[in-house]
Amino acid sequence: MGRVVVDVMPKPEILDPQGKAVAGALPRLGFTQFTGVRQGKRFELEVEGPVTDEVLAAAREAATTMLSNPVIEDVVRVAAQED
Amino acid sequence: MGQTVSSRPQLATGARIGVVTFPGTLDDRDAARAVRLAGAEPVALWHGDADLHAVDAVVLPGGFSYGDYLRAGAISRFAPIMDVLVDAARGGLPVLGICNGFQVLTEAHLLPGSMIKNDDLHFVCREQVLSVQNVDTAWTRLFSPGEHITIPLKNQDGQYVATDRELDELEAEGRVVFRYEGVNPNGSRRGIAGITNERGNVVGLMPHPEHAVEPGFGPDSDAGPRAGTDGLRFFTSVLSALVHA
Repeated sequence: MGRVVVDVMPKPEILDPQGKAVAGALPRLGFTQFTGVRQGKRFELEVEGPVTDEVLAAAREAATTMLSNPVIEDVVRVAAQED
Repeated sequence: MGQTVSSRPQLATGARIGVVTFPGTLDDRDAARAVRLAGAEPVALWHGDADLHAVDAVVLPGGFSYGDYLRAGAISRFAPIMDVLVDAARGGLPVLGICNGFQVLTEAHLLPGSMIKNDDLHFVCREQVLSVQNVDTAWTRLFSPGEHITIPLKNQDGQYVATDRELDELEAEGRVVFRYEGVNPNGSRRGIAGITNERGNVVGLMPHPEHAVEPGFGPDSDAGPRAGTDGLRFFTSVLSALVHA
């Protein structure tokens, strides 16, 4: 069984309210060294058999048409996951 | 209703207005009731049915379709009914997207921009004053330019965002239909609460007109507690637009 990992992040220019909330909470636990947090999404797409170029191409298309919204998000990685 | 128009508007009473239900839609019954109170016949449309049943207009109601999973409106946008709805909207069918319905319209690329979480991360529920910026759309023609109206606002992902270029374009073309008045409750760019497409037949907004359609059950108004019915004119507007279509 093969697996493709897709990482999606909010665009740099878009305020990320969730990341901001996490950044605000970290110092309360003593993590004072982190100056910023941005929160994204990771998808793991499974296929029967190996991750071929065709599978990767389909994953890229799924990433831009459905898994992300190009208005607010960037697809930062589409890659086969090694076992 | 109608105190701002000089003569009684002609309405296509008896028109059939579709109300779409997705899994997780909450306000379809209220939207259907608003359609009925405006004098039209509500027609229930199902997300899995690629058929608009020859309705004269469509309302995409609010709620949490598919639990807002992935992004609000993102999965609903690929429902079978959306293929036929997108084509019909491009052909001029009046479509109103309320809250989650607005999110579905942006995901379907019928309207520009997108909604992200409210800037303060809280679910907001309030009676919200809006100023009406465009009275030439199918859903706002019975309002007056600059008129202030009050309807409920209730959402978590209500912060409207778009690129500066898109925002400039919306403003230049008069396609900002509603702006938040008094306070900006969710951090929306330029206080935008609702927008329209170039043709003026597709309108999306975050606040809920269908919850302000009957005296006794609406927001507080000058006429008394819970007497506000400003939302009803969205629905009578489209009936007026259908007469003049």
